[in-house]
Amino acid sequence: MTGWLFRGLRTRLLVAFALLSVFTALAVAGIGYVQARDGILQRTQDNAAVEMTNQLKQLYPLPRRPVNSSALQLAADRLNGRRNSALVTSGGHSEGNMPASVITPELRGAVQSGRVAWQRVDVGGVTQLVLGSPLLIATGDRRNPTVPSGIEVYELRNLDAEIEAVNRLARDAWLAGGAALVVALILAVLAAGSVLRPVGELQRAARRLGAGDLDARIAVRGSDELASVAETFNSTADSLQRHVGELRRMEADARRFVADVSHELRTPLAAMTAVTDMLDAEAKRLPDAAGEAVRLVSQETHNLARLVNDLIEVTRFDSGTASLAVDDVDVAEAVRATLRARGFAVETDLPDGIRARVDPRRLDVIVANLVGNALRHGAEPVTVRLRGDQAGITLSVEDSGSGLDEEVLPHVFARFYKADTARSRSEGSGLGLAIAWENARLHHGELTAGNRPGGGAVFTLWLPREVRQ
Amino acid sequence: MTRHAPGGDPGRAGWDPVVRCGLSGRADGRAAIVGDMPRVLLIEDDQAVRDGLRLALTYQGHTVEAVETGEEGLARLAGDPADVVVLDLMLPGMDGFEVCRRIRASGDLPIIMLTARNDDIDVVAGLEAGADDYVVKPAQARVLEARIRAVLRRTGGEPRGQGPKPGPERHGDLTIDREGLVVSKHGTVIGLAPTELRLLLELSASPGRVLSRQQLLESVWDQGYLGDSRLVDACVQRLRSKIEDDAAKPVYVQTLRGFGYRFGPL
Repeated sequence: MTGWLFRGLRTRLLVAFALLSVFTALAVAGIGYVQARDGILQRTQDNAAVEMTNQLKQLYPLPRRPVNSSALQLAADRLNGRRNSALVTSGGHSEGNMPASVITPELRGAVQSGRVAWQRVDVGGVTQLVLGSPLLIATGDRRNPTVPSGIEVYELRNLDAEIEAVNRLARDAWLAGGAALVVALILAVLAAGSVLRPVGELQRAARRLGAGDLDARIAVRGSDELASVAETFNSTADSLQRHVGELRRMEADARRFVADVSHELRTPLAAMTAVTDMLDAEAKRLPDAAGEAVRLVSQETHNLARLVNDLIEVTRFDSGTASLAVDDVDVAEAVRATLRARGFAVETDLPDGIRARVDPRRLDVIVANLVGNALRHGAEPVTVRLRGDQAGITLSVEDSGSGLDEEVLPHVFARFYKADTARSRSEGSGLGLAIAWENARLHHGELTAGNRPGGGAVFTLWLPREVRQ
Repeated sequence: MTRHAPGGDPGRAGWDPVVRCGLSGRADGRAAIVGDMPRVLLIEDDQAVRDGLRLALTYQGHTVEAVETGEEGLARLAGDPADVVVLDLMLPGMDGFEVCRRIRASGDLPIIMLTARNDDIDVVAGLEAGADDYVVKPAQARVLEARIRAVLRRTGGEPRGQGPKPGPERHGDLTIDREGLVVSKHGTVIGLAPTELRLLLELSASPGRVLSRQQLLESVWDQGYLGDSRLVDACVQRLRSKIEDDAAKPVYVQTLRGFGYRFGPL
């Protein structure tokens, strides 16, 4: 779960922050770069144009036509400067140290149409600015103030410094963008941590709560959404704890009540039970009806005593006061003793020599309840089988009845569970199988119910060879 | 009627009481009780239970003295000793454990305690206080009767002594007189309660042989597999405290964990 969270929410936050920062950096740096570059170049070009215009003024007055090459050379020399080289051309003659090849036909066309024009060209990997301007002659005529002189002046300007500045700008933009990305990622990690830490705490607390630790609470920090989740969790845990406490109290009260009632019943029952043998013996001599009544009282006293004893036994399991008095026993011998004592007629498969450390009296209770149950509710023959292995012993009690219904199986060890609702009261207390199950559990063993393939129910008891206490 | 009496004495399928009186002895002939019918002192605070048990035991032919408190019971014993004491553990005033200890301190009278079903600790404490056996309430009269008879049998002579009477046996410092039922150490007679004596006789009859708790329950307590092995453990503890030099390092009655007890080897 933590791994999933780590991969999930944390990664998603990081990716979101990274994308956001990259987008923002790209947007800010990109727009800034483009504008700054354009601004720099524009200013450079404007300056170059102004400078060139100023220089061109030195060429006036223009020599008369046709212009010879020495005049062109003179003009070109004037225009040549530190950062630029010039070319002056007229009527197919060109003079100057600027190569004519960099002048594109478009630029030439623009200049010949009478405009000052410029173009950036790439000369041997270096970006340069080519400016071009025609020289005009003022006519003094208002409608047509100037006429072309036929002389065109071109200038090649080196843009190294400007390109360098633009490149620096780009580098700075990239650096700033990268730094922003790093900062954004750090912030994302911190943000993810600050979100995920409370989420992790919440998860741990929820897990503790689920495991039954009803005291699990979360420290509420701040007043954000996570704090409100924590508050909700705490108040939910509070109310859960309250309700569970209430339920436990009620259950404990109910169990104590059963225990108290059972104990209160025991004393009068002890007095009644003491005299039942006497009643049974005397009943023979009484008139029929009276004798029958006396036998009824005696019999029901026994049933009631058994019910109360079983109830007390169950309350001992519930309160955890049931204890084991283990002894090393030959299981087959112990089972035979139980069958003999109860007068149970069953088929047995009880190999001798399978020994285990168990509580013989509790084993007796389990076997007596299982076999008694099989004889009462199943059909004969009932078979008791014993097997042993390294870890434990397995005792199965099979009957030949119709078996247990599927919907009965899960409840067969429940207290007072009656599979056959038509039968109002069975011979047993209704607690026999529950007590057998509790006894098996007390041994750290298990008791299960099922059906045989050929029909008939089978109850299987497994007990460890030695109970670890 | 149920086919199988719940909680009945495993050895006896039925219960056919005979109203006996005078010196008629035991109908089953199994016990050899000295004198006439066993006299039972019943100490039980609840009147209904006391009356029920008194009625049932009297019906069985016992002479029953029923008293309400431990103090009364001890006073009664001082004047007119009984053959067996049936003692409720929960008593007002002096409790059953104290009564048990006092009876045990002054003699070897057999004690059967009546205990509540859920009081395992009481059972152990009662056995440690010197009770010979216990019966869980509510109990049928025949269960109590069987226990009374079993505990009284232990006070009788050696049940297997059919052959020539053996002389006193010597085991280390111990001298065991099976005929006279006297155990002495360094010539001093040791006062053993009947169950302790019977346990020692049973163990010492086959020195070096391991007897399981179940075997001992069967031979000494007449209970077998359905008995409570704590009876054996508690009795062994009491026996050791009387015959061993150091009860923590027993020589005569040795424990074999997982198997049982053994007399010797010395």
